[in-house]
Amino acid sequence: MSAPAAQAVKIRIRGLKKAFGRKVVLDGIDLDVGVGESLVVIGGSGTGKSVLIKCVLGILQPDSGSVQVDGEEVVEIDADGRERINDKFGMLFQGSALFDSLPVWENVAFGLLARKKVTRAQGREIALAKLAQVGLGPEVGQLSPSELSGGMQKRVALARAIAADPEIIFFDEPTTGLDPIMADVINDLIVKITREVGATALSITHDMASSRKIAHRIAMLYNGRIIWNGPPAAIDNSGNPFVDQFVHGRAEGPIKMAVRA
Amino acid sequence: MNFLQPIGHVVLDFFATTGRLTLFAIDGVTHCFRPPFYGRMIVRQMVEIGYFSLPVVGLTAIFTGMVLALQSYTGFARFSAEAAIANVVVVAVTRELGPVLAGLMVAGRVGAAMAAEIGTMRVTEQIDALTTLSTNPMKYLVAPRLIAGVAMLPILVLIADIIGVLGGFLVASYKLGFNPTNYLQSTWNFMEVEDVVSGLVKAAVFGFIVTLMGCYHGYTSRGGAQGVGAATTNAVVTASILILCFDYILTEMFFAGK
Ligand SMILES: Nc1ncnc2c1ncn2[C@@H]1O[C@H](COP(=O)(O)OP(=O)(O)OP(=O)(O)O)[C@@H](O)[C@H]1O
Ligand SMILES: [Mg+2]
Repeated sequence: MSAPAAQAVKIRIRGLKKAFGRKVVLDGIDLDVGVGESLVVIGGSGTGKSVLIKCVLGILQPDSGSVQVDGEEVVEIDADGRERINDKFGMLFQGSALFDSLPVWENVAFGLLARKKVTRAQGREIALAKLAQVGLGPEVGQLSPSELSGGMQKRVALARAIAADPEIIFFDEPTTGLDPIMADVINDLIVKITREVGATALSITHDMASSRKIAHRIAMLYNGRIIWNGPPAAIDNSGNPFVDQFVHGRAEGPIKMAVRA
Repeated sequence: MNFLQPIGHVVLDFFATTGRLTLFAIDGVTHCFRPPFYGRMIVRQMVEIGYFSLPVVGLTAIFTGMVLALQSYTGFARFSAEAAIANVVVVAVTRELGPVLAGLMVAGRVGAAMAAEIGTMRVTEQIDALTTLSTNPMKYLVAPRLIAGVAMLPILVLIADIIGVLGGFLVASYKLGFNPTNYLQSTWNFMEVEDVVSGLVKAAVFGFIVTLMGCYHGYTSRGGAQGVGAATTNAVVTASILILCFDYILTEMFFAGK
């Protein structure tokens, strides 16, 4: 996918730091996401990719640094401002985080109903349409989330994230746990949302095929910093040994896994 | 002074927790009065707290009333036992045992369930998901439960009062062989509006305590299934202790001058 022409900045992250106790997870992240851009963040398990997104969303409070959304600083923003900013966001949680007290369709329509933009009947209709987009039939709408498989839950969560047509969508591992065909359907959907609707997307994935397909730009997180970023075409000859090792999935290289054989 | 250190920790911990709890309570109460209101959630919680607690509260009340009548019969002088038993039952049930026992039973039933439900929502990131879907979790989860608790406990206690007095009546008239009409007449004579009202005010306070503890411990739980388990236990234990504390404080406030 080629990058959109105009590159106004939608999200600007500067010097973002976050530690849990003595464990430093983010150690000065600098990252921009352009308007309408699809940025994919890759990186090993436990390097802080989910923490990065949660800091942007305000779920976690960063220790220092700045996050701007549409030029507005959001790190120390008050509760009302946070609600206003979060109205622009859609988020797919890594663990789906579906509301298990509500049927699937109400999960999907939740954001729409909360904003009182639609009646329950309209919300239900939109929810079923969104479910169809992620390959789930209308009969799924009545089920409870606990009656679904992991991959189905993930797709419901995806439908919920995009239901209110947010300006900025965060996808935390959208294709993990899906079969290869369904993974590609979801990739196409993400491409369609960013290209046709013009939404800005920040995705996290381990899946290199997926990131090549959905990304305008790929950034690699390692040791609390963004160590490389560039277009998907450049990732195979990045000249960066860390990126190389990750892309080719080799156990040997500069990234050491803490395992003992 | 090393041996003082643990004591210091406990004291500091206590004040920190009290502070956090107070802030949480203020936040939750504020959201009860600021729109949007989630009517659907309030009704659901009212049914959960009020309707589904009826059997357990009713059973507690009837046995309490029965045992009160039986116990006081053995304790009183033979003469005028009838009036004395009616008096003991109606005063004890409306002032004390109705609200306290209903509060404790609801703490076990509802407080635990709330802590478990909200705690699970916390550790599975459902509460975080709410904030990304234009919904304030304090308003959506906590405020409806507080409202429902404060509204439903007095109703439950009113029913418990009636059932408790009925229990005393049954034992007095069928087992102890008193004249039912006389017994009812004495019950009526000894019943004070003030006693009933003070019991209902207590009930509202206990309703607030139970739901607040359930919400607070669930909301602040962490660390998976174990954390949720701990939250559930803490919710019931702290609610029960606070109910007994506030029972004393409120009694002193109501009846101090008499
Ligand atoms: N709430 C928390 N409290 C303490 N430590 C945390 C918390 N959340 C995350 N961490 C730590 O931060 C680090 C990064 O976690 P994060 O979930 O961001 O990893 P990730 O890059 O998303 O990994 P994965 O690809 O496996 O999802 C981990 O080492 C984790 O232990
Ligand atoms: Mg993650």
